[in-house]
Amino acid sequence: MKTPAGHKVYAMAAEYPSAAALYEAAKRVRDAGFRRWDVYSPFPIHGMDEAMGLGKSWLSGWVLFGGVSGLLTAALVEFGPSSFLYPLDVHGKPTNFFTVPAFFPIMFELTVLFGAFAAFFAMFGMNGLPRWYHPMFNWERFSRATNDGFFLAIEARDPRFTEADVRELLEKSGGQHITIVHED
Amino acid sequence: MIKEAERPLARVPLVLNKRNFSWLTERISGVVEQPAPRWWWVAFTITASVATFGLFCLGYQISTGVGTWGNNIPDGWAWDITNFVFWIGIGHAGTLISAILFLLRQKWRTSINRSAEAMTLFAVICAAIFPGVHVGRVWMAWYLAPLPNNYGIWPNFRSPLVWDVFAVSTYFTVSVLFWYTGLIPDLATLRDRATTKIRKFLFGIFACGWRGSNRNWRHYEMAYLLLAGLSTPLVLSVHSVVSFDFASSILPTWHTTIFPPYFVAGAIFGGFAMVLTLLIPARAMFKLHDIITPQHIDKMAKIILLTGSFVTYAYMMEFFVAWYSGNYYERFAFWNRVFGPYWWYWWVGMLFCNMLSPQLFWFRWCRRNIFVVYFVCMCVNAGMWFERFIIIVGGLHRDFLPSSWGMFIPTWVDIWTYIGTLGIFTSLFLLFVRFLPMIAMSEVKTAVPEADPHYATAPRIPSASSDGKERTR
Repeated sequence: MKTPAGHKVYAMAAEYPSAAALYEAAKRVRDAGFRRWDVYSPFPIHGMDEAMGLGKSWLSGWVLFGGVSGLLTAALVEFGPSSFLYPLDVHGKPTNFFTVPAFFPIMFELTVLFGAFAAFFAMFGMNGLPRWYHPMFNWERFSRATNDGFFLAIEARDPRFTEADVRELLEKSGGQHITIVHED
Repeated sequence: MIKEAERPLARVPLVLNKRNFSWLTERISGVVEQPAPRWWWVAFTITASVATFGLFCLGYQISTGVGTWGNNIPDGWAWDITNFVFWIGIGHAGTLISAILFLLRQKWRTSINRSAEAMTLFAVICAAIFPGVHVGRVWMAWYLAPLPNNYGIWPNFRSPLVWDVFAVSTYFTVSVLFWYTGLIPDLATLRDRATTKIRKFLFGIFACGWRGSNRNWRHYEMAYLLLAGLSTPLVLSVHSVVSFDFASSILPTWHTTIFPPYFVAGAIFGGFAMVLTLLIPARAMFKLHDIITPQHIDKMAKIILLTGSFVTYAYMMEFFVAWYSGNYYERFAFWNRVFGPYWWYWWVGMLFCNMLSPQLFWFRWCRRNIFVVYFVCMCVNAGMWFERFIIIVGGLHRDFLPSSWGMFIPTWVDIWTYIGTLGIFTSLFLLFVRFLPMIAMSEVKTAVPEADPHYATAPRIPSASSDGKERTR
């Protein structure tokens, strides 16, 4: 889809006056059956995931993976040297697996460390960040999305997207400054 | 719309004077965007000079040897480890505010978490200096890491000192990740407000293209929740592991099972005092009274009272156990703590500063009076340093054999290295305040009533013609 000026269309977007208005609008867009759309707000809005029809974030799976790998790494790094490579006789205590409580602190720390790294990098990975260019930045009003603006954009590649229908939906849901956002 | 006062059991709002979102953005970003006030330059010149002299002392100590410090047998650990425990403890308040209070859904944390987390990082940097330099041969410090080397030797993983290396470095790394994750939306705000090209470029790089999309917020909130969940046991573990450095020895006053919870409570106690020490002036200087309100100070004072009472209980329990154990050395060590050569450290530091001064916070008037709060915080800051000194040198200076008794006398290098870390800490904090938003904008906005998706219920949504008047009111 292209504008008369020849720009490729990314989405049709609207601004909403409040978090509550955006929340109600999101429910309407969800119920209209759109798939490729998003809302933008300066802070996470409580309940917006349900209003958009999104489920739980499975980022937690990556964190579980990270934590388990941290635990295993710690076990390897500790028991490898202490039991096999370089057994140290300290206080006459054995160097075998029965002394495991003394190894717990480092196992715990590495579990947390790897889990935290997993959470951090999965957040970037699952969000497709860092991404320094995005079509929404072409709309000058959009700079308020990180200040006090609430926006909703329905992408042109959504199978249900037609200019007239989307404009009507955005208008009916209370959207203001309805506009076409260019891809380039 | 129900008026605030008509609501049953109305809560005091967390952001006063019904400030809206753009006011919050404006005020908090303004601190970073406007030119530095004159007092900032004066303060920074002083703290940076002190920090520089502290770094000089470190260089002198490294190039000359640990003998430049007053440490000598029996006082093998002295100001250095005191400072280490002091600084690492201060960090704990930041993680408590950012992680534990987040899990407990304490929304008041949003006004203070960013600066408290920054304070955590700077405190851990100051802390890490001391054991790092105390090893003597700093260039051998890599032996602490389990790296294969051509001597074929490995660390002793059953040593609390090695646990400590892992605990502190994990703590620092996780705190950085948590802090940066929280910063991303605010860096995007600064990017979108930037007026110069260089600011736009730099904030743009670090904001990673954040655009406030809810599909991003969904994963972001899960990451934030899990980082909080991971940091909660972490913060409890760090000072527990620090206390193992002492508790796993056989020295009277160190060899106690009460140490881990006692240290953690003390760390949060001292940390909150430092948060208030930094925030009360910052709030006045940058006119943030609507965001960091008397209610916030009141709540932090209550936490100081709570943790101070934990600490008081632990101090008293130590005396009880020393008596109850029937152990001669243990009894002597605690008698010596109160009536020995370091008696006034106990009477001033532990008794007055840590046990008695926070008890003022039982009274609302004291919690609401900035000068009383500041006085108590200063007492706690000093008292917690004294506490660590009493534990460390107080435990060491009277060895088992009277022939090896000896006092600790700090040298000028000891004193200036410590003062230098105070300079490093305050310099870093001043730089942070200038270059990054000191209040988490995206989080504090969620504490405003308008952030609730049900604030104005569906029929009240203004029609398309009202053009945003609802928002700015």
